[in-house]
Amino acid sequence: MANITFQGLGKVYPGGVRAVEGVDLEVEDGEFVVLVGPSGCGKSTTLRMVAGLEEITDGTLRIGDRVVNEVAGKDRDIAMVFQNYALYPHLSVRQNMAFPLERRRAHGGTVRRLIAPGYRRAAREEDQKIQAEVSRAAEVLGITDLLDRKPGALSGGQRQRVAVGRALVRRPAAFLFDEPLSNLDAKLRVEMRAELKALHDRLGATMLYVTHDQEEAMTLGDRLVVMDGGRVQQCAPPREVYEQPTNRFVAGFVGTPSMNFLEGEVADGTMTIGEARLPLGNAAAGSSRTVVLGLRPDRLRMAEPGDPCALEATVASVEDLGDRCDVRLQVGHAELVARRPARELSRWSVSAPAARVAFEPTEALLFDPGPHGARIS
Amino acid sequence: MKRRGSRLLTLALLAAGAALMLFPLWWMLVVSLETPSNAGAATVEVGAISAFPADPQWSNWTEAMRAVGTVEWQGFLDALANSILVTFLTVTATVFSCSLVGYALARVRFRGRGLLFAVMLGTMMLPPQVTMIPMFLVFRELGWVDTILPLVVPAFFGNAFFIFMFRQFMAQVPEALVEAARLDGCAHLGVWWRVMLPMCRPVIAITAVFTFIFVWNDFLGPLIYLHSEEKATLAIALNSFRNQYGGLEDVQYLMALSLITMIPCILLFLVAQRQFIEGLGSGAVKG
Repeated sequence: MANITFQGLGKVYPGGVRAVEGVDLEVEDGEFVVLVGPSGCGKSTTLRMVAGLEEITDGTLRIGDRVVNEVAGKDRDIAMVFQNYALYPHLSVRQNMAFPLERRRAHGGTVRRLIAPGYRRAAREEDQKIQAEVSRAAEVLGITDLLDRKPGALSGGQRQRVAVGRALVRRPAAFLFDEPLSNLDAKLRVEMRAELKALHDRLGATMLYVTHDQEEAMTLGDRLVVMDGGRVQQCAPPREVYEQPTNRFVAGFVGTPSMNFLEGEVADGTMTIGEARLPLGNAAAGSSRTVVLGLRPDRLRMAEPGDPCALEATVASVEDLGDRCDVRLQVGHAELVARRPARELSRWSVSAPAARVAFEPTEALLFDPGPHGARIS
Repeated sequence: MKRRGSRLLTLALLAAGAALMLFPLWWMLVVSLETPSNAGAATVEVGAISAFPADPQWSNWTEAMRAVGTVEWQGFLDALANSILVTFLTVTATVFSCSLVGYALARVRFRGRGLLFAVMLGTMMLPPQVTMIPMFLVFRELGWVDTILPLVVPAFFGNAFFIFMFRQFMAQVPEALVEAARLDGCAHLGVWWRVMLPMCRPVIAITAVFTFIFVWNDFLGPLIYLHSEEKATLAIALNSFRNQYGGLEDVQYLMALSLITMIPCILLFLVAQRQFIEGLGSGAVKG
């Protein structure tokens, strides 16, 4: 296992398109780091640069102590699991898993096997080692009974396990995953997510994982790297990213439903949004300026008499989600979502749309204006 | 009812088409097994032919083979061996070179790839008659006339049509598969040999079958380049045989030898039929 160090890593495609810019990151040995962000944010390009599938145009990449900018992917001691599994359709599961080891064997020459007894013996020992490694990986992943099947005869989940197995047999310094669960259905995705997490805990391997699914990112990663526009927006443990996002983009990207944003003016500890005056305390201290108020949907509730931070709203729709409900509210020109327990379903109604919603001042976040405005408090 | 009727009509049309196609083959078979007088009569008058000879003359076949060339049996065996050698080498070389070039055009990024592909497609527009004389002059200068080299060596430089087929097929293979193979330790040649070729079986089959049929039946190439009797292929030997035994009294021998020459092509088509059709289909859809 090894750590992976990014120093000012960048990628400019021919034609001048800058896909990744100035990525500085240290993935510790044995850490599970998830690169997450919307489509086109540069996360897959970053991963592909680590794999050696994309040329690095700026910066330095180290795997362990070795600078690998100019090292071919096959010599970087990494293994990658692809989104569409990338299993060789003409080979059995066993042959698929043995494939990377077969390519690395020292005694593979068919002709030399035939004519040199010593070589033949060494080759046979190598065969046994390869088969033992394949069996071990198959056992870890619970696919021993699938070893003689072809990929075409496997379900999506089984194929994904085989793809992980092919990576596992190599015992690489680091595992790379490029959206490996996105082709699976929702139920299987949750199952495989748990299996991957368990696998990481068991192996203690360095894993770099790309996904656009923030729920997947939150549950899997020791740390999240949220990217947008080719840049790292925040790199922190999932809880920290959720509760203390560095900017408005991260706050909006992480969490389902997305964080609510309301623009207003703050002065002397009070925020003014339309008619409403919200005493936010120290966060809103200082001279008059425009800020953006961020509120998590699960922190919005129906106001009680005496709530200091309350807003007049109109109920636009109520979505019953079984164990909870999402209430869509109109506040001035802004639309907010409140996520409430199902027992409150009867309290929100489109037929009696006037409502007052409230939040705790300590749970509000303030950002500078703009899509990437920095968090003020 | 209506559906059944249209199905019957389709079957009838297909059966009629098949009968039309098989008629010459059946005629050849029957004539090759007739006595000299009946064979001559069947050649002159269609009505004189029977559905199958009452007394099949299987000796016509052995006689025909024995009579090829100036030395008994030797002429036929030489021609057969030459045909097998030229066909084997050409088929192998064509599959090898076309798949390799197809892989490079589909999967290796290099400057001028598009231009090279266009130039290669352009060569498909050139009829072989245009290059025949310059090619002959080149091979004569190399001292290759009366050897099989002019028939075999060009196959190592690919064939535009088959390169195009391989290129189109390989371009459909997901990029991730190639990338996985490269991370697993394969260089380009390894990806081509271990991943692409096994997946290209339908295209290999169609290339092999087409090339086999073309080379086995090729008359013009061997006629231009092979002059000695012992270097003749079956097509040339058959032509010499026709000059010698082309009369009505010997037509049964000519038909017997013609059928013997055709047997490998018929067998090959029967064996590779499934992959052949699959290959044609994939070429049409994926191309």
